[in-house]
Amino acid sequence: MSNIPAELKYVSSHEWVRDEGDGTYTIGITDHAQDLLGDVVFVELPEVGASFGAGDDIGVVESVKAASDIYAPISGDVVAINEALEDAPETVNSDPYADGWFFRIKASDPAEIGDLLDADGYAAVCEAEE
Amino acid sequence: MGHKTAIYQQHLAMGAKVVDFGGWDMPLHYGSQKEEHHQVRQDAGMFDVSHMTVVDVKGNDARDYLRYLLANDVDRLKVEGKALYTGMLSQDGGVIDDLIVYRMGTPGSSGEWFRLVVNCGTREKDLRWMAEQAARYEVALTERPELAMIAIQGPNALAKTRSVVSESKGRVIDSLSVFQGLPVEGWFIARTGYTGEDGLEIMVPEDEAADFWQALADADVAPCGLGARDTLRLEAGMNLYGSDMDESVSPLAANMGWTIAWEPAERAFIGREALEHQRAQGLVLKQVGLVLEERGVLRGHQKVIVEGVGEGEITSGSFSPTLNLSIALARVPAATGDTAEVEIRGKRLPVKVIKPGFVRHGKKVYA
Repeated sequence: MSNIPAELKYVSSHEWVRDEGDGTYTIGITDHAQDLLGDVVFVELPEVGASFGAGDDIGVVESVKAASDIYAPISGDVVAINEALEDAPETVNSDPYADGWFFRIKASDPAEIGDLLDADGYAAVCEAEE
Repeated sequence: MGHKTAIYQQHLAMGAKVVDFGGWDMPLHYGSQKEEHHQVRQDAGMFDVSHMTVVDVKGNDARDYLRYLLANDVDRLKVEGKALYTGMLSQDGGVIDDLIVYRMGTPGSSGEWFRLVVNCGTREKDLRWMAEQAARYEVALTERPELAMIAIQGPNALAKTRSVVSESKGRVIDSLSVFQGLPVEGWFIARTGYTGEDGLEIMVPEDEAADFWQALADADVAPCGLGARDTLRLEAGMNLYGSDMDESVSPLAANMGWTIAWEPAERAFIGREALEHQRAQGLVLKQVGLVLEERGVLRGHQKVIVEGVGEGEITSGSFSPTLNLSIALARVPAATGDTAEVEIRGKRLPVKVIKPGFVRHGKKVYA
């Protein structure tokens, strides 16, 4: 069973969302997602300042095995990206919920947070996929 | 549930992620496919390849039969146990399968016989085809499913394997030249592989396989899955049947021209006429290697664009852990030069075009 921290929110496309308490939200992919992908070799991140709507394609993660789109879980502007992934994409595998984060968004519609899954809801999504 | 090899329980105990491969439950990786890849390039790794199909060919006409069945010529094998790589072609020159054939016994003697190792995914059609072609010959084809097979590959593969086998087996390992296999004490030990490294492929009776696997693990030979096997063979520029070629593809368009024994000209092998016709017409397509120096990963079926020449397609692509960039095999118009572009998610990225073959013996081999 993969690790699904209780304090995070999730979307069924396997991104996690952490509330930073200042109107910004950090986003990455879940332990389940990195396990399905296998060794991550390359991550294409959005540009800082770019705006996205919830559900938009916002990046790509490529593993040895496959390429997978990353979707914006909420609408907003990108305020930071994890540049360390450029040289160390394997961090996504080793530490998906901390050092392996992808980008941070300033939410334009905080009400969208209410639409995200909690840990139990996401666990049910993973189970249904098995 | 698929077929399980004699080593299946060890795979589970070693943390394998198991996937279906041609009806077999096989390890994809044991944690990290990249780490396994590096183990093989730098030290020694082992693969369970028991799913592959072993067929022995015996009888008075065994040699004549194989000289008709295969595009390469077993008469090139002059020494006991020597092996060659060959295509088995259809009448119209498509690749039914690629395989290795070992010439066993004293070549040319009445006791000689041959051992073929063919792909697991093509087993049924291969066996049917081989049986059909055997009708005119005095030969017996015997599948050997009771043999498990373990490939040990890497610069330290021979030494580490030698450290866990009997004295007689060790002497056989020491005696083998590259592409040679010999029987010893119920085993068959061959110095062959699918990684571009030195190494062994060893067939053992099923009931000895798990202990041998465990002994190798205890000698720090890393268990490796199909994932690493694929990136290793791709770096070595070796074809994967079903991806890089199949019955719709000529061996001349799959970098297998070197495996066709045109001489002696009077040897009639299956597919010869079709290939001679293709050769006379001139080749339309060729297989090449691609190197992407920008960030991104080449994948099978991506489009290759050659400005002013035409288009081709990637037949297999992945990330190269050794080179830390993406590489691929592709089929492109014969007039393709040394650059092309590949379309990845709507973007065209420039690639270098080289002869297939990226890494051998741990080192980059292209300019």
